[in-house]
Amino acid sequence: MSSTPSSDKGNQGAMPAAGHEPNAAEASTPVLSVQHLRVEFPTRHGTLVALDDVSFDIAPGEVLGVVGESGAGKSMTGNAVIQLLEPPGRIAGGEVRLGGKRIDDLPEEDFVPLRGRHIGMIFQDPLTSLNPLFSIGDQLIETIRTHLPMNEKQAREEALKLLREVGIPAAEERLNSYPHQFSGGMRQRVVIALALAARPEFIIADEPTTALDVSVQAQILALLKRLCADHGTAVMLVTHDMGVIAETADRVAVMYAGRLIEIGPVEEVIRDPQHPYTKGLMASIPGIEKTLDRLYQIEGSMPRLAAIPPGCAFNPRCPHAQERCRRERPDLMPAGAGQAACWLHDPVDPLPRIDQNDKQEHAHVR
Amino acid sequence: MCADTAIKQQPVPAGGDILLEARDLARHFDVSKPWLNRVLERREKLSLKAVDGVSFSIRRGETVALVGESGCGKSTVARLVVGLYGLTRGSLVFDGEDISDLANRTGRQAASLRKRFQMIFQDPYASLNPLWRVGTIIGEPLRFFRPELSSADRRRRVGELLEQVGMSPMDALRYPHEFSGGQRQRISIARALSNEPEFMICDEPTSALDVSVQAQILNLMRDLQDEYGLTYLFISHDMAVVKHMADRIAVMYLGRIAEIAPAEALFANPRHPYSKMLLAAVPSLEGAGKERTTIQGEVPNPVHPPSGCAFHPRCPHANERCQAEVPLLIARDDGSEVACHGVEEGRIE
Amino acid sequence: MSQEQKTPAAAPAVPKPPSKLRAFLDSDIVYSWKRQPVVIVATLVTLVMFAGALFAPWIAPQNPFDPRQLELIDAFTPPLTTSDFTGNFYLLGSDSQGRDVFSAILYGSRISLLVGFAAVIFALALGTALGLMAGFRGGWRDALIMRIADVQLTFPSILMALLIFGVIRGFLPRSMHAEVAIIVLIIAIGLSDWVQYARAVRGATMVEKGKEYVQAARVIGLPARKILFQHILPNVMRPVLVIGTIGLALAIIAEATLSFLGVGMPATQPSLGTLIRVGQDYMFSGEWWILLFPGVALLMLALSVNLLGDWLRDVLNPKLR
Repeated sequence: MSSTPSSDKGNQGAMPAAGHEPNAAEASTPVLSVQHLRVEFPTRHGTLVALDDVSFDIAPGEVLGVVGESGAGKSMTGNAVIQLLEPPGRIAGGEVRLGGKRIDDLPEEDFVPLRGRHIGMIFQDPLTSLNPLFSIGDQLIETIRTHLPMNEKQAREEALKLLREVGIPAAEERLNSYPHQFSGGMRQRVVIALALAARPEFIIADEPTTALDVSVQAQILALLKRLCADHGTAVMLVTHDMGVIAETADRVAVMYAGRLIEIGPVEEVIRDPQHPYTKGLMASIPGIEKTLDRLYQIEGSMPRLAAIPPGCAFNPRCPHAQERCRRERPDLMPAGAGQAACWLHDPVDPLPRIDQNDKQEHAHVR
Repeated sequence: MCADTAIKQQPVPAGGDILLEARDLARHFDVSKPWLNRVLERREKLSLKAVDGVSFSIRRGETVALVGESGCGKSTVARLVVGLYGLTRGSLVFDGEDISDLANRTGRQAASLRKRFQMIFQDPYASLNPLWRVGTIIGEPLRFFRPELSSADRRRRVGELLEQVGMSPMDALRYPHEFSGGQRQRISIARALSNEPEFMICDEPTSALDVSVQAQILNLMRDLQDEYGLTYLFISHDMAVVKHMADRIAVMYLGRIAEIAPAEALFANPRHPYSKMLLAAVPSLEGAGKERTTIQGEVPNPVHPPSGCAFHPRCPHANERCQAEVPLLIARDDGSEVACHGVEEGRIE
Repeated sequence: MSQEQKTPAAAPAVPKPPSKLRAFLDSDIVYSWKRQPVVIVATLVTLVMFAGALFAPWIAPQNPFDPRQLELIDAFTPPLTTSDFTGNFYLLGSDSQGRDVFSAILYGSRISLLVGFAAVIFALALGTALGLMAGFRGGWRDALIMRIADVQLTFPSILMALLIFGVIRGFLPRSMHAEVAIIVLIIAIGLSDWVQYARAVRGATMVEKGKEYVQAARVIGLPARKILFQHILPNVMRPVLVIGTIGLALAIIAEATLSFLGVGMPATQPSLGTLIRVGQDYMFSGEWWILLFPGVALLMLALSVNLLGDWLRDVLNPKLR
């Protein structure tokens, strides 16, 4: 994990320059760097820690998949980055940097121009991103003209180009159509066009295909992947679906109970997960390649935020849990090709594995 | 249309006694505008053929799955089978008794029939009455089907049921909002089991759940099937889940069955072009980083379905016959039935 | 078999269920109530006025409905004055009949609240019944009920109440008018107000009817009557009660308006509205208290009940939580 120098606090309030684009000299600077992010929800029964010490980087042009079960904090991470936390949630620690510039402490009025221009957003329900009262052409042209120095005619050309790029048939005619006149898949294509309109260097896609049928899902993911590769756009792909991650992401970050517990190259994590939770998760997914009598099941369920156990949050469900896991919280440590937050991988003093029947349980993972 | 011939060609599955036989099921919904608007705007009545000529049979102890994309009518079939909707056409025979009029049979007279099947729903947050305690919810079928039971006996039975689905008898005193999605689905299953049904209709029972919880619920459902010899009609959009659960699978598209086949055969050798596409579209964990074969187009609006074979606009093998003529399910040697002109003519392998 | 409740995810192993009172005091409603001074004040005002109306015979110095208790000689005594003639103390002054304004307000709010509550209960029962039928059965019943509701909504509810009031009075002999005034008022206001309950209940019923717990009951074969009363009705009551609270304020104002217009309670049994009507004659002749105090009482009553209703709506709205 590259540590970004945290000395330029004088930059607060200054948003990245309007024409900021990652160039060759800055290639080593991650597009997005999240360090020790902590999000809290003060409630009347005490403060809930929704995200606890979450750190990751996304390199230019990279697709980082963020995966976890409901309540793991994956969407919360995306919302914290774009400052769309639902009140009373707030960032209580750590920092978020976009292209090296700190953005987590920007006031709302300075943050608004960043959304769209530097950070594109794609949500699960296309209808939340599209205004039902305006034609999609108007929405595209307005977005383009807000963020880029173009006149009406140029913006219109650009909008047409985008619609063709996302595979909308008869783009000229559809420019004047309204969101409700599109099918679900076509609508999500329009949202992708809208997210790319201002040529942002970074896109957050939160469950972009969850509402779509499996056949359309494949189309949209292929499109998203191709476009981001063409434009060099980095993507943070938030989803609960390991299959979507597997075919779209370069690296994957696995979250559990508000913590990042494993991060690494997607093929490695899927083929050889290092954290016992990831291992169990992978094994519990039914596949069409294998026939099993029983699925592997992780006992119990994820703790609520109010009842996260001390030490490793996964320890009550973990087949390897030992005394240390119940006492000390593990940080991310090198494991396999990536990193895992598990004492089994402690470089100094790794815990011995005490599992009895680990091998047969994980029949799904070769 | 083709209904009559479809019935004739419906073969009786070999072996095992048939628990449920559905013949040419159809359900049309009136989706036209209100009468006044129709008169003023001179519009025709519109009907949505959610299910239009579906025939299948389920043997005792077997799991039959209906799979397909949204709008294919799979959930409507489930609701026709349990009598939540009335039949527009067709017939249902349950264990030798004609139950085509099931939707109109309620109350005590229907109890002896209705206690033999139960349903599990998709949304664990909507399927339990939020104002009732868990014990009352699970006891509801008991109160209706076995009114002779004393309340102490009923409480004992509710406790047993809770333990059977992996919960504690103490949970009977709590309210649904105190439980997670997976636990609520267990409560739903306990309620469904309470009248000791033979036949269970499961409408996407795990699609609202996380994968690790899904594994728990699917395992539980399998254990219960082994223990009680339950017969399942299992509705899902997830090919992998269906593969794990089902003995036979019916692939549905726009209100009709495109292909029915034993699970192994369907996954090893799908015949219908739509089945092939669905299988190819399943994201694969094994081939990480590889793109799926993408299917062109989307499911058309079921109010105005395409002529002939509803799949023809998306089918790479479609010809003139496919545009004009509705294909019928035709049985093949390997126990599968396929509704495709191309397969029938041998154009498609 | 998994035991989900063994993990820390579930509550700590079988705690003693807290007592009803403790659970209530710890609920979100009480928590929200404690945080909002405006709501606390509104609650107190409402309680004081309800208590004043309920215990009027014990609190009020005189019974304003009993002509024998009125001292004509004390007419137009200003507030906070002891009469030179009878030695009676008039807290809020007296009117042209020597009626104590304070007592008149206590008795008047009694009638206002009685009419308000009765009208709301009448409208609520009628609207809920029709709304349930429309939402649950659908079809022509739904169309018929909702078209009637639409037509009625095109008339302002006060006009509606005036109309109903006039029609009912037309059927009754003149001698009975004073006696049945209160019942006529209740029916007039209730009939002009059922539509909003019917609409809310119909909408909620259609939502609940589609929910899977109702379908589960139908799969069992439970008769429609049981489904309606055991499952749907309790689950649609929440919006109805919120509307009812706000409706109470509206009904009180509607009653005052009708009485003010002279078609409500007679001057011999004055409600707050009647008092205001009577009082306005003296507004410019210096006896301001006859108008002002009943007016302020009506305002406080309607405003605090309305504030409570608004707060209840917010706190019970699942979307805002």
